Amino acid sequence: MSKSESCPSCHRMVSQDVLEKYLMVCPECGYHHRLNAEQRISQIVDEGSFVEFSAELCSKNPIELEGYTEKLAQNQKKSAMNDAVVTGNCMIEGSKAVLAVMSFDFMGGSMGSVVGEKITQAMFEGALSHTPVIVFTASGGARMQEGIFSLMQMAKTASAAALLEKTAVPLFIVLTHPTTGGVTASFAMLGDVILAEPGALIGFAGPRVIEGTIGQKLPEGFQQAEFQMKKGFVDAIVPRDKLRDRLAFLMKTHGGADDGQEA
Amino acid sequence: MDKKHEDLLKDSVSRMEQFASSDPRTTERSSWDCVLLSRQQGRPGAATYIDLICDEFMELHGDRTFGDDPAMIGGIGTIDGRAITFIGNRKGMNLRENIERNYGMSNPEGYRKALRLAKQAEKFNRPIVCFIDTPGAYPGLGAEERGIGEAIARNLKEFSTLQVPVLSFIIGEGGSGGALGIGVGDKLYMLENAVYSVITPEGFASILLRDPSRAREAAEAMKMTAKDLKRFNIIHDIIPEVPEGAHKDPQFTAKAIKETITRDLDTLCKKPAGNLVRYRIRKIRGIGEFEGSDAWWTTLMEVFKLTKDLH
Repeated sequence: MSKSESCPSCHRMVSQDVLEKYLMVCPECGYHHRLNAEQRISQIVDEGSFVEFSAELCSKNPIELEGYTEKLAQNQKKSAMNDAVVTGNCMIEGSKAVLAVMSFDFMGGSMGSVVGEKITQAMFEGALSHTPVIVFTASGGARMQEGIFSLMQMAKTASAAALLEKTAVPLFIVLTHPTTGGVTASFAMLGDVILAEPGALIGFAGPRVIEGTIGQKLPEGFQQAEFQMKKGFVDAIVPRDKLRDRLAFLMKTHGGADDGQEA
Repeated sequence: MDKKHEDLLKDSVSRMEQFASSDPRTTERSSWDCVLLSRQQGRPGAATYIDLICDEFMELHGDRTFGDDPAMIGGIGTIDGRAITFIGNRKGMNLRENIERNYGMSNPEGYRKALRLAKQAEKFNRPIVCFIDTPGAYPGLGAEERGIGEAIARNLKEFSTLQVPVLSFIIGEGGSGGALGIGVGDKLYMLENAVYSVITPEGFASILLRDPSRAREAAEAMKMTAKDLKRFNIIHDIIPEVPEGAHKDPQFTAKAIKETITRDLDTLCKKPAGNLVRYRIRKIRGIGEFEGSDAWWTTLMEVFKLTKDLH
């Protein structure tokens, strides 16, 4: 018997086995549990097809902030990742793709030099191999511990997206819970197609900051994926069990960069 | 400068003089003093510098989609007869103006106006000069509804490939993504007492130090002054202010800005657009501190080769 947990949304008890069978989506209410990069990759790619690149990249402490080096080490130990994004080549439903998956578990998915660099390298890998680039976002924004260097990663990833566009290679973004701050204000909003998981919080300023500005509670559903689609910033909301299929469809319909085609 | 403007400035200058800061002639100004000085009401803003350095200036309004954002100004000016598009964050010179200008915090339409004017400049081959002076983009309800994140993201992307020279000057507060939204260009300068950071020291203190009252300490730790950013090679150079600060002698700083603009544009306007954009992207591409492979140069060259206009 696997252990059961109460769903944060509907509060029903769901066993871990059942949850995993349903891709970590509550079978009762459809609540999408947060995934780490490893879980996400195994759900999305054709089995055994993922080949990681840029794995060796590791943050320094560019503004020599007290405690940052230790914080990084803790997170690396806890997550078995070097930083908050994993990138690599893979196949999805038989089509070749460059995949980048952010992990909120690693310092809130925050973007510092390594995340910015890996996203940039992934986009350039896509450009050079003429392969669609898919990025799953999950981030609290820029990594404050890297000061101005983290802010500059917004410019870096956005300029990489500009170059990717110039090579006519598609960029598909999947916004997952939560995607905010400097990630929203850079590559996350620059996809040719932008998908979102149901219920994901997507915004620039966090809800508490906005509430502080306006001095009142935010309306129900504000900044959720459904709200963002209604406001015109998300192309489609795709439940987790349809993601592979929808991404495969998008890859097929964006310039035929399919298996075996090289630049 | 009109009479009212001048009075306001004088008023603020006298207030400034009361506010205790270390004597710049004997000691180096602390990061926190730079923060206070960069925010001080009465510090010359984009409108003042445009007024002081241009022979003539015509403001242009609106994003053509939603409205006109008073926290972001833009238009066409001339310096010694050369047409330049100016874009700048606009704070108020007093409380009433600040309310009207939303303390220099733009909504999405501000960034979209900036982009419209930048694309207009590109079409007519006019260089662009941006003046940055904002606590950040506005964290309000309407800003979110109209996609402040998307508006900034688009500017970062579009500005990185504009086919005309883009110079940016951080003249006061360079606050996070809201500043970066008009801060991607060929050259980035900071005034001596300006600051530029990923978050305000107050925000940094409350999130990382778990105590908003430790903002002064945060300001030092964040390394957000012109000197810090010069040392990090993020900015190209520091524009001098008189020892008391730019409010004391706006003319002095305006002259230095004007000289920088003229000198840079004399060089950059001669460069083929493709070269300009390649250099700009190379500079942005190289920012980041990490261990591991940094042999990105050849890859970038190969990517350029695949494009129609940058090969």
